[in-house]
Amino acid sequence: MKNTTEFTHIPKDMFEFVNHGERISDKKFEDKPIGYFKDAWIRFCKNKASIVAAVIILCILAFAFIAPLAITTHNATFMDTYYSRKPPRNELLSNIGIADGGTNRDFSEQGIVKAVAVGMGAEDHDGSGTVTLEEGMASEYQPILDIMGSREVSEIRGVPPRTIYSARIENYLEVGFLYLSIPQSQYYQILEWQEETGLQVLYPLIANNEYTMDAADANYWYKMDSRGNPVRTTAGEAEVIEYAEGMVLEDNYRRDENGNPVYYEYTGGGNHETAQFRVRVLYYNYYQYRNGFTPQYLLGTDSQGYDLTLRLADGIKLSVLLAICVSAINLVIGAIYGAVEGYYGGAVDMVMERIVDVLANVPFVVVATLFQMHLATRVGAIPSLLFAFVLTGWISTAARTRTQFYRFKGQEYVLAARTLGARDRRIIWKHIFPNSLGTIITASALVIPGVINTESMLSYLGIVKLNTSSVTSLGNLLASASSIWTSYPHLMLFPAIVISLLMICFNLFGNGLRDAFNPSLRGVEE
Amino acid sequence: MAKYVLKRILLMILTFFVIVTICFMLIRLLPRELPMEENLREVMLARFEALGYNEPLLVQFGIYLKNIFTNWDFGTSWYVQFRADAWDVLMDRLWPTVLVNFYSFLVSVPLGLALGIYAAVRKNKWQDHLISTLVMVFVSVPSYVYGFLVQYFLYFKAGLFPLTVSSLADAGGSWFTWTMFYSMIPPIIALSFGQIAGLCRFTRAELTETLTSDYMLLARTKGLTRSQATTRHALKNAMVPILPMIISTFISILAGSMVIEQIFAIPGVGQLYIRSINLLDYDVFMMDTVFYVFVGLLAGIVVDISYGFIDPRIRMGKKK
Repeated sequence: MKNTTEFTHIPKDMFEFVNHGERISDKKFEDKPIGYFKDAWIRFCKNKASIVAAVIILCILAFAFIAPLAITTHNATFMDTYYSRKPPRNELLSNIGIADGGTNRDFSEQGIVKAVAVGMGAEDHDGSGTVTLEEGMASEYQPILDIMGSREVSEIRGVPPRTIYSARIENYLEVGFLYLSIPQSQYYQILEWQEETGLQVLYPLIANNEYTMDAADANYWYKMDSRGNPVRTTAGEAEVIEYAEGMVLEDNYRRDENGNPVYYEYTGGGNHETAQFRVRVLYYNYYQYRNGFTPQYLLGTDSQGYDLTLRLADGIKLSVLLAICVSAINLVIGAIYGAVEGYYGGAVDMVMERIVDVLANVPFVVVATLFQMHLATRVGAIPSLLFAFVLTGWISTAARTRTQFYRFKGQEYVLAARTLGARDRRIIWKHIFPNSLGTIITASALVIPGVINTESMLSYLGIVKLNTSSVTSLGNLLASASSIWTSYPHLMLFPAIVISLLMICFNLFGNGLRDAFNPSLRGVEE
Repeated sequence: MAKYVLKRILLMILTFFVIVTICFMLIRLLPRELPMEENLREVMLARFEALGYNEPLLVQFGIYLKNIFTNWDFGTSWYVQFRADAWDVLMDRLWPTVLVNFYSFLVSVPLGLALGIYAAVRKNKWQDHLISTLVMVFVSVPSYVYGFLVQYFLYFKAGLFPLTVSSLADAGGSWFTWTMFYSMIPPIIALSFGQIAGLCRFTRAELTETLTSDYMLLARTKGLTRSQATTRHALKNAMVPILPMIISTFISILAGSMVIEQIFAIPGVGQLYIRSINLLDYDVFMMDTVFYVFVGLLAGIVVDISYGFIDPRIRMGKKK
């Protein structure tokens, strides 16, 4: 109200004529007219939230398409079972303290000894037995990155309190040593490779005697008592070694008659190709020997040992492509169906509406399940999911188109076109349909987040099984993480963030589009 | 009105029948899974034969309908609960679903309405922007993410609540004990986020529209205060579309949320659905499907009819 009163008494001399004398009524407009779509575009650009959302969507898509190209060392089907569920690890990023492959954990005394022993054992590859705790900690194969502190915990009265160490452990190095069965030829290859690179892969086998707690665990290379405490043996007497500075572990390597450590054991097979050798390897170096690169996973590895970055990229691609396909197909089917319904009306409308009634009232989850059960084995999981989405997805578009046609078909310009002899098809597509295009397009934009959500929900529930080495979806990643995510939060965190972001952004984007295409909102925002 | 209601109900029954027929055919076409064990296999084959599972499809459908109308027999569960009545299997699982969803309904409706009204009254102020942004986020985030967040914060970080809903035996044999309610709090919270946000968005949209209409200006001109005009005129009119939405939410309580039931191990209807698919227990699957179709149709029809009761001017689906 205030603004208008200011302009009620403007002195006459403040006005001046824009044009005087010249006749402009017959002239053409000099500037270009702003059509419906251009106007919508201008108003969409004013909506900051939608622009931000669009940018984020583009970033996520860029990630999905660029990540497989940027990771040159391996592809999405690359899988390593020993390095499954590992946290993010990247050598560049670890310099600034993130993605170092580490997690914080609490250790008992036996546990921390076992962990640091990996680094000590890696240094002590010839069984010299002189590696101290400090040397082991300095080793590049040392899984314990940092010991933050220790505390005394007494659980049972009367029993001396146990010391609990909280430390940061590198999950890749923690794998430590493994027993592998390899052919003889590979054994000699590894020896050659060791010569070339100077990296030690093969380590002495461990003697199976009373000083080891678990003969299958290749990390127990030192002598220990039955409770896992490291011991020193002097004249047949075992004496427990305290975990303290300068600790030296006594190795339990298997030795031949001359006292040299044994590196392999012949387990069977014939000639020099097929003879199987049982060896003990330092897995971190064995991985490098096998693949030619160190394990580097920007977002860690998933529950099966695939690179989570690439799985995530695959999942995003699948979800978004499926959603776009579905909304495009629904747009076409819905537009045609709705146009025919709305234009002809009467009995045609009646019959077609009953069909819609039936289809619309079948719960989608049932449709998806039945399609999976009937078609998944024949045409694959993704096409049958697409069919399920298409079967009922077009209904809302059709309803929208139908209403628009009811609105416009009685108008004079349609009557005029018909009088001039235009056929039904021309009236539908040339005259009426363009009027309803805006609303239909925006409705399809809002279909995308719906499809992404439903698809991830179905694969999360296991109704749609998209879990092969080449195909995965976001819902599947979450489903495989759902039972173990408490120990491996990154498995849940990254897919959840991506899917939430996708949903929020597509919704914002769709809302912005809807507002831009809605002429009744023109001028309301300002 | 009576004629309208009757017409809607008849149409609903017709649609229901057609959908059930289609679903029945599609489910019976699936190959039946038989157990590996020889004796059980023989027994089940004999039972299938006796129940007419090897007859032509239309005959099978006839038998199915006859059993429903004469014995209220919807088939037999073979794997979920061996040889239990499919109807009983479903009914056993109805209580947990209904309870969790009903509690969540009790929480989310008042909160959603209040927040929506508040946002509409404070339109374009910071409170509205804050609420609208949060609503946008909460509407978009998928329900399982809430499930994990709730589990993470309330179970792992705070240690306040159990990870999953207690079993019937743990809670003293009843769904209504305190232990049971306490263990249901996390799924209730997880369910409520989305519902509150959805209702809040809807309420805000409707109320802002009524707040800007001409009769509001008239109400203010004739001397009503802003709050009087809002409660007496705007809110009443805004309720016309909001109330049916609440009613439809109330009926959907029966169907529940599959994802939340799966995450929190609620032995409800949704979990039964997943189990029946995984175990290929087709009669239970059919029963659950029939149930879902029925609840969906019921919600739709009650909403349409309630429009007519709330605002007598409206007749949904009438000729233009």
